[in-house]
Amino acid sequence: MIRSDILKELVPVITDELVVCNIGLPSQELHMLDDQPSNFYMLGTMGLASSIGLGLALNQKAKVLTIDGDGSILTNLGTLPTIANNPADNFILLIIDNGSYGSTGDQPTYAGKKTSLTAVARACGCDNVIECSAEDTVATVTEALKGDKMTIIVSKCESGNVKVPVIELDAPVIKHRFMEEVKRRNA
Amino acid sequence: MSISDQIVDSLVRNKVEFVTTVPCKQLAGVIEGVEASPDIMHVPSNKEDEGMGLCAGAWMGGKRPCIIMQNTAIGVTINTLATLTQFYQMPLPMLISYRGELGERVACQVEMAVHTKALLDQLNIQTYHFHRPEDVSEMDTILNHTFMSRKPTAILTDSNFWGGY
Ligand SMILES: [Mg+2]
Repeated sequence: MIRSDILKELVPVITDELVVCNIGLPSQELHMLDDQPSNFYMLGTMGLASSIGLGLALNQKAKVLTIDGDGSILTNLGTLPTIANNPADNFILLIIDNGSYGSTGDQPTYAGKKTSLTAVARACGCDNVIECSAEDTVATVTEALKGDKMTIIVSKCESGNVKVPVIELDAPVIKHRFMEEVKRRNA
Repeated sequence: MSISDQIVDSLVRNKVEFVTTVPCKQLAGVIEGVEASPDIMHVPSNKEDEGMGLCAGAWMGGKRPCIIMQNTAIGVTINTLATLTQFYQMPLPMLISYRGELGERVACQVEMAVHTKALLDQLNIQTYHFHRPEDVSEMDTILNHTFMSRKPTAILTDSNFWGGY
């Protein structure tokens, strides 16, 4: 299974959730599969999906799912200690770990070599870290969404991409409709 | 009241409820005040671009954010300022310690000081330079302006403002 297979299976589970989605293909795939105002697509700024998700989760009540990648977490590795030390129980971080920088042509990341992001997250102090297979990802995310504990999920999958169109929504429009959803859920 | 306390008071008065910080000696008093304030959630970040991500999330969560950092951070955060804060039209007051100005004792700090205003200018970021202690009285207006305009703004606070090294 590659990332887009996971996203396809995940869509029915997350369609109603606040989702902060990583830059590049993950956002483009989610946008193509199931565009929702409750999705915040990152159009730039590699690495910050987990930071945006944590900032959002800490400051309002609704559940927040960040869909991140291994390359992106490696870019912003400082995010894991911040998450560990400022837990938000409405925050779920899904790291789709395909061992490669998918959006730039599948160059290998260190997460596909000697570095275990699961072990890194635990060493950073994250209490609830689950590593799962691609096949078990939807069940793991579903369970985490039902619970009330901050959860980091590292989903090990194969690398590979599908052809997807770019997102043509204006950034302020993505933000505006997302903020309206946040307001609605906190009303 | 100390300058640091006046700054924290201004943040609270202007309903800034989420602050992230990367430390600087000059900002130590403000950071302490932010941490102690019951009206502010303080989340220290490991790098300033990470902090700007946290602030973007806080803003979308309905809270007014602020980042407190050193001017060296401008070199780290240009991409984030352009492709996140500005591209999505989010407000972000940046309270910045302006190292490398008159009175500086560490020569290397001057190397970023000479670029600081030029970089902010290149990014079209409205910039306010606090040089005298009384300049702190502009904080309220700057914060109000920032949240009105939905843009990042920079407050550069130099050594003279803080009363020297
Ligand atoms: Mg990857």
